[in-house]
Amino acid sequence: MNNRLPLRARVAIYGLICLLAVPFVFPTWWMITSSFKPVGDIFAFPPSLIPTDLSFSAYRQVFELQPFARQYLNSAYIAAVVTVGTLAVSSLAGYAFARIRFRGQHALFLLVLVGLLIPSEVTIVPLFQMFNSVDLIDTHWPLILVPMLGAPSVLATFIMRQFFITLPTELEEAARVDGLGRLATFWRIALPLARPALGAVAIFTFLHSWNLYLEPIVFLSTPEKFTLPQALTQFVDAYGGPMWDVQLSAASMTALPVLVVFVIAQRQFIEGLAHTGLKG
Amino acid sequence: MPVLTDDVAGRADPRPAPGGTTAPRRRGWWTSRRRDQVAGLLFVTPQLVGTLLFVLLPLGLVVWYSLHEWNVLADTFDFVGTDNYRELVDDPKLPGVLRTTLFFSVGLVVFNLALALLLAVLLNQRLRGTVVFRTLFFSPVVVSLVAWTIVWGFLLQDNGGVNGVAGAVGLDGPNWLRGEWTALLSVIVVQVVKNVGLNMVLFLAALQGVPAELYEAARVEGASRWTQFRRITVPLISPTILLTSIITVVGALQVFAQIAVLTQGGPGTSTTVLVYYLYQQAFQFHQFGYGSTLSVLLFLIVLTLTIVQWRMRRKWVFHEQ
Repeated sequence: MNNRLPLRARVAIYGLICLLAVPFVFPTWWMITSSFKPVGDIFAFPPSLIPTDLSFSAYRQVFELQPFARQYLNSAYIAAVVTVGTLAVSSLAGYAFARIRFRGQHALFLLVLVGLLIPSEVTIVPLFQMFNSVDLIDTHWPLILVPMLGAPSVLATFIMRQFFITLPTELEEAARVDGLGRLATFWRIALPLARPALGAVAIFTFLHSWNLYLEPIVFLSTPEKFTLPQALTQFVDAYGGPMWDVQLSAASMTALPVLVVFVIAQRQFIEGLAHTGLKG
Repeated sequence: MPVLTDDVAGRADPRPAPGGTTAPRRRGWWTSRRRDQVAGLLFVTPQLVGTLLFVLLPLGLVVWYSLHEWNVLADTFDFVGTDNYRELVDDPKLPGVLRTTLFFSVGLVVFNLALALLLAVLLNQRLRGTVVFRTLFFSPVVVSLVAWTIVWGFLLQDNGGVNGVAGAVGLDGPNWLRGEWTALLSVIVVQVVKNVGLNMVLFLAALQGVPAELYEAARVEGASRWTQFRRITVPLISPTILLTSIITVVGALQVFAQIAVLTQGGPGTSTTVLVYYLYQQAFQFHQFGYGSTLSVLLFLIVLTLTIVQWRMRRKWVFHEQ
């Protein structure tokens, strides 16, 4: 029962999978190992898979050339605030659209759904102008408010609504009969049941904010306020050429924490994304 | 009440809810329908205000701006009617930009969906270790986008790792990011490898939903594996194919960071897709009016593609959920 495929087919499939895995795994591995290599060894071929002499000079330079710790903190706190905010906004709205019957519901839902059709790149010029007119350029406000309330959170609301619709209504009805108000029913009954969807929304919201690039380079101009993706590209020499070793060290520090969390919780990560609203 | 909470606790621990006091049932004017009306509106208010303020208002503004000659540096803001749209038609660069956008998007979507489906089918076999491989193929999704792009930028250098591998098997690799076609191809591959894991996972979930009896029956009838794939698998996962293709097409039209970091739209304009061109016009050349016109064009393209794909579902999606 375990294996119906003949041995030869199994070997062929393993071989194919391993070959295909190279471009997925090698860049990350190489980024991390090379960040510890002396500059001269980075371009060596064949590349050594493990650095022979450890060198931390590139890591030191990362912090000397830019306020990298500050930039790291910027990215982390912005992503955290956006994630928590999006969860609050989208679970409330998703619950109401799925469960509460009120006048104007369908029209309002359609209005919100329009947000799914509008890539944030389309509205970047007016958003710049809007934040400019209230003097919030070169602050973190646009990077927090727009993802939390604008187009990205609309997708989250949609996913939450789809998830709440699939939940059985009996528990909530019983709670209502027992006299629980809407907010209490939402908070005590529905929300705990919605953990898988909340997890998936949290993951993709965090990644979205962590990866944001166009918005930071449009809205921010002071290095102390930069976020990580923007900071990574700033490690260049006097001629504008990239300082590879420093860039790789900074890139490793940006990628590693998320990667570690992912490896630890990979099952929840992947299955959460696959089995919640994203499935349609 | 305790019974009820215990029920919930079967799946998740209910936290003590602040403010979750039980409200006595009220009668008279304050009916449950009225209460629902108020609660519903209050619940959706943050999302609604956000959508109005950060999606619909800017969308209206971008159309309004597109009717203006607006140079930020020169501080001019003059109503010019449809002049920008005429400029759009006459823009000598635009056909190239649109062609690049088309090649880029089509290449990306086809390559992404085909690879995602291949990986999903391979990992759906009853083999040991598929969970490990699933994690590996998914891992680029969680690697910071710019970090990923920087590493590939390095590997694609003339003396980088990709050409090292090519040389080892006796090929003379090109300078990938300096040739027009190879640069476009490079950006596509870098982006597909980064994100294909997401579609792969969605396909895997769909494949696991195909009833095994169907394959059994087909095997009894003597259908080959390829026939089974074409006649059973593809029709049954077609809703997922539709969903992933919509997500991927719209995603392809939004690719910006990879191009900004890898090629800056070059060499020449060979990797200048519409979003990158829009960014250049608005934020490098300070032409907010014309930049807004390009934004309107981008919006219309996304809108059209989404509608067309949605319409097509009747034709080639086997069943609807």
